[in-house]
Amino acid sequence: MNLGLIILTGVVFGLGAVLLVKFGNPGNYGFCAACQLRDIAGALGIHQIATLQYARPEILGWVLGAFGIARFKGEFVTRGGSNPLVRFVLGIMMMLGALAFLGCPLRAILRLSAGDLNGLTALAGFASGIGVGIYFLKNGYNLGRAKAYQGASTGLGYLAVIAALILLVAVSVNAAFLNFSAKGPGSMHAPIIISLILGLASGILAQRARMCLSGGVRDFMLVRDTYLLKIYGVMFLVALVSNLYFGFFKLGFADQPLAHTMHIWNFLGLFLVGIAATLAGGCPLRQLIMASEGNTDALACVIGMLVGAGIAHGMNAAGAGGVGLAVNGQIAVGIGIVMTCGIGLIFREKIITVSKGA
Amino acid sequence: MDEILDLRGLSCPIPLIKTRDALGKVDNLTLVVDEPTARENILKFAKSQKYRTECTSTGCDYQISIFKK
Repeated sequence: MNLGLIILTGVVFGLGAVLLVKFGNPGNYGFCAACQLRDIAGALGIHQIATLQYARPEILGWVLGAFGIARFKGEFVTRGGSNPLVRFVLGIMMMLGALAFLGCPLRAILRLSAGDLNGLTALAGFASGIGVGIYFLKNGYNLGRAKAYQGASTGLGYLAVIAALILLVAVSVNAAFLNFSAKGPGSMHAPIIISLILGLASGILAQRARMCLSGGVRDFMLVRDTYLLKIYGVMFLVALVSNLYFGFFKLGFADQPLAHTMHIWNFLGLFLVGIAATLAGGCPLRQLIMASEGNTDALACVIGMLVGAGIAHGMNAAGAGGVGLAVNGQIAVGIGIVMTCGIGLIFREKIITVSKGA
Repeated sequence: MDEILDLRGLSCPIPLIKTRDALGKVDNLTLVVDEPTARENILKFAKSQKYRTECTSTGCDYQISIFKK
């Protein structure tokens, strides 16, 4: 596959993430599809944690960049109808799992690149979860076919980009309807223009490279394809060098930024994300990119993630940096794993795949 | 005309799994997908197995023929 695209994507994500920290984002928090969506949920009042509220332009840039390039390349198609409610639930599960660990799989790699070894535990859980997801896929799991929409419904494909545009304008003018953290991680951020530019660039590249954290591991397990893994390898190395250069690198498990050391829950958190992402057809980042390409099923999953952030923080079920995961969170992850496995077992719609050619 | 494997609208990676499974039983296969990612994944897989492929597109659909020899 295209070596240039692999390297460029890895460099922009790896270097971009560290630069965002340098310019003001919290530690190891340059890009994160889960935490940053959680902050957007906070900005919108979906949860009430005063320190975790900011409409992160990185995520808005992903959506706008992926939309723009998909449109330009003729790949924007409004499609959906493949069990959106189940995808909504899978989105909730992804967020519950990610917030138990404090990061999506992308942030797990970025945390590891700064020496946070909890990232390793979580990635092991993630890969295990993907293995479980593949087991369900091989046993006939599917959510039915999506179809391209016609007529007025084609407008639904623009919902993600319209929402991103509104939020971008609102965050740029400090709109009164958004919450802005006065202290804590939500108050720490790079200047909007830098976040936006790096978000746009990485969103465009993620769309072109079909970047998907679960997809990389899954494709290797299924057909020994290493294309996406190479991007993560480049990203990890570039982020590692950048972290060393800027003095952010600190090796160990303890006292890492926005992290805790409850290993079993770091493992199980991303284990849950791995199963849910494989069943939903893509990791949190990929869901955002697909939603930007007009996929309303992916949008249902993203809305599920926003709601999941509300549930996790509303019920004290999210991990806390330096503290760990409260009992509520442990129960939520446990229930989440059972429910997600239930979805994997139950949804095995019979699809007739053979049709007579013309 | 031969039968065509209709993999349109199926989430990633189901089209790839179905293609791989079908190629375990037949030597030549024609299939149709409607997402660029599915098309790329299937072509990449076929290439890795050194199979010959032909791909045509009509509207949103991509028709791919795979030949083992």
